[in-house]
Amino acid sequence: MTTAPAIELRGISKAFGPVQANKDISILVERGTIHGIIGENGAGKSTLMSILYGFYKADAGEIFIGGQKTEIPDSQAAIAAGIGMVFQHFKLVENFTVLENVVLGAEDGRLLRPSLATARAELKALASDYGLNVDPDAVIADIGVGQQQRVEILKALYRQADILILDEPTGVLTPAEADQLFRILGRLKAEGKTIVLITHKLREIMEITDTVSVMRRGEMTATVRTAETSPTELAELMVGRKVLLRVDKTPAQPGAPILEIENLSVTDSAGVQRLRGVSLNVRAGEILGLAGVAGNGQSELLEVLGGMRTATGRITMNGQPIDLGGRHSDGQSRRARGIGHVPEDRQREGLIMPYSAWENSVFGYHHDPRWQNGPLMDNAGIEAAAQDQMDRFDVRPPNPRLAARNFSGGNQQKIVVAREIDRNPDLLLIGQPTRGVDIGAIEFIHKQIIALRDQGKAILLVSVELDEILSLADRVAVMFDGQIMGEGPAGSATQVGLGCLMAGLGGDDTRDMSGWTISDAAIIEEGTPDVSRIEAQLAEKHADASKEV
Amino acid sequence: MDFATALQILDSTVRLSTPLLLACLAGLFSERAGIFDIGLEGKMLMAAFFSAAVAFVTGSVWLGMLAGIASSMALSALHGLASITFRGNQLISGVAINFLAAGLTVLIAQDWFSQGGRTPSLIGQARFEPLTLPLADTLQTVPILGPLYHELISGHTLPVYFAFLCVPATWWILYRTRFGLRLRAVGENPAAVDTAGISVIGLRYAAVAICGLLCGIAGAYLATALQAGFIKDMTAGRGYIALAALIFAKWRPWYALMSCLLFGFLQAVALRYQNIDLGPVTLPVQFMDALPYILTVVILAGFVGRAIPPRAGGEPYVKER
Repeated sequence: MTTAPAIELRGISKAFGPVQANKDISILVERGTIHGIIGENGAGKSTLMSILYGFYKADAGEIFIGGQKTEIPDSQAAIAAGIGMVFQHFKLVENFTVLENVVLGAEDGRLLRPSLATARAELKALASDYGLNVDPDAVIADIGVGQQQRVEILKALYRQADILILDEPTGVLTPAEADQLFRILGRLKAEGKTIVLITHKLREIMEITDTVSVMRRGEMTATVRTAETSPTELAELMVGRKVLLRVDKTPAQPGAPILEIENLSVTDSAGVQRLRGVSLNVRAGEILGLAGVAGNGQSELLEVLGGMRTATGRITMNGQPIDLGGRHSDGQSRRARGIGHVPEDRQREGLIMPYSAWENSVFGYHHDPRWQNGPLMDNAGIEAAAQDQMDRFDVRPPNPRLAARNFSGGNQQKIVVAREIDRNPDLLLIGQPTRGVDIGAIEFIHKQIIALRDQGKAILLVSVELDEILSLADRVAVMFDGQIMGEGPAGSATQVGLGCLMAGLGGDDTRDMSGWTISDAAIIEEGTPDVSRIEAQLAEKHADASKEV
Repeated sequence: MDFATALQILDSTVRLSTPLLLACLAGLFSERAGIFDIGLEGKMLMAAFFSAAVAFVTGSVWLGMLAGIASSMALSALHGLASITFRGNQLISGVAINFLAAGLTVLIAQDWFSQGGRTPSLIGQARFEPLTLPLADTLQTVPILGPLYHELISGHTLPVYFAFLCVPATWWILYRTRFGLRLRAVGENPAAVDTAGISVIGLRYAAVAICGLLCGIAGAYLATALQAGFIKDMTAGRGYIALAALIFAKWRPWYALMSCLLFGFLQAVALRYQNIDLGPVTLPVQFMDALPYILTVVILAGFVGRAIPPRAGGEPYVKER
């Protein structure tokens, strides 16, 4: 046992073409600690870790693992050096079992059976050592993301990893699952493992790390002890200027209902019921935040409202019914009715990536007479308008001829938001407005949404980020399994209470939220919810749901 | 229909299924590794020609077989180069291989043998002879089982037995070996294989090589066992039917055996009967000839259940964060 640092990087640089992703980065990670790396999107965190895992080769610099200078030309070398990586997007084979995924690439010999037997025994040991319980014979596609993440951790541990790198591990987890992950990380640390946690969430850094390094535009701006810093200081270090962490807004002045949804149900092409009798309304001058773990029907609701999916039930807009399955149920008709839509997946539904920014700035509104020039389109007019839009919405670089894919995530989102808000819609549907968007752009987009509300427009905000819902929304509804679990004022909502509702549970924590109505569909759980019991109940519900199919 | 006729049709089913089965398993290895291969047809055709040509010139069917395998594997290497190394479009590369084979075989055949794009007929040692299995003649007199053994099981050429043995072998390799696990993984999620420290490129080349080997045997069987020599376009769409059979089989070895036997059976029926009289309607022979192809279209159109292809199929692997 040496006292040498687990990881030491000296002067790492890496450029992709003209872009300097990592500039002369040096970092020191002590053995047996949790080290956070925080920074905005595109700050170079993932590049740095990919170099450490042998995905990229650094242009310059040296890597020391446990005090030994180590060359890491490929993943095999990283594994041999005791480094395990849990990627943001899991690298699992979906139709393989847990056991097969763990064994893949770390087999004992040419035949499979002995390898699988060894792994089964080893998994049992790991499960009892670290609380990493997963059914070895479950197929990956059938288990939840939290479990899948455990499989990724198990893969690393099975390969004798001493250093575990986690890239944005909580992005896909419920608050309860995230807590459990942190507990597991704590146990790994206690066993002497070194953990590197890459994230852009300040709360996580403050909660579990021992030291934290901040990256900005490819450079390491600071490494500090977590105990000696504050979220505000870290945010400043990340962005390089003061940031408003709280959104400034006045209380809402809600008016008449703009959107009224009654008993809306959706069954997808596979026959699975995605929405089960949802009723909601959004009033003028308010932001309704729809919270929930991804995949519980929020996307389908947005798609129905945006005209991308048919449904049964009744929706009225300004008192007039909306066509849910006929000739006027397309996106064009919805926009004509004053519904603007910023879709959840901007790269697939919001933009056409190879097309220029000015072309993207009129999609959905391209039939507007304003853009017609006889039988042709008034391209020069559109481009000029796009230029103006880009200036007002601070899109960088402000060049309308650049293809959409050449903008950063935050600026792509600004292009979509600008297009929809500029049309002055009565109702704005906005899905995951700040997913993969850096702090500066988040601030800007949030301000735009609030400004629209203050003009007396209705806004339906769907987000998996609880922080975003709590800071932006005036009223919150929580979805689980295609149903609304509860609804009430944002002011009295608590993280714990919302967390319970997001897992389909009602109980003391949710009853404490004043002004809230809790659905009968929520499972009542007395006292402080016990995570393992919640999980068991969810698994049961899941099994029931699949039986129905 | 009497017992003897039924036996003849089944016997011919076995012979006609053999090239389909070999090509189907070839496609299975390739597609399970994520490389779509529409060029099965071209590889078989190329192998058919070279095996016939070399068998004729040397008088040895085994040298012919080797030449066939070599030519098919050369085309496989080309496909690998285009679609794995240079990350090209796998369909286009496959179509190009089919055109290349269709043109090149006839051109070379005409140049070498001047018989209108065919090779001279093969005789004697230049062809695979049927094997008589032990006791086949002795047991022939046993009712039902005797003729069944004599006609159906015994009396085929070596590649037929090889093809049918390939089915359990493929299953075993795929599901019981380390190579099989990795092969299946690379067709589903190459990123998982890559991060586990295994070479995606190496695995995919291995799969494509096995595909070339099996296609080579299939082509050689066509020209030196099923028929006696190469003629223009002698594969007659078998490569495409094998692909349809592969989809029908949902990329599984035992199902592949069943679907290839079905297609072989249809071909055997079409070969045996001219017009089929069904009372009021008479099915013309053209319909019977077309039936395997009609079934292919029906299967490809997805009427027979949903077949989920390997998830990473057709996509070149590009490393990303």
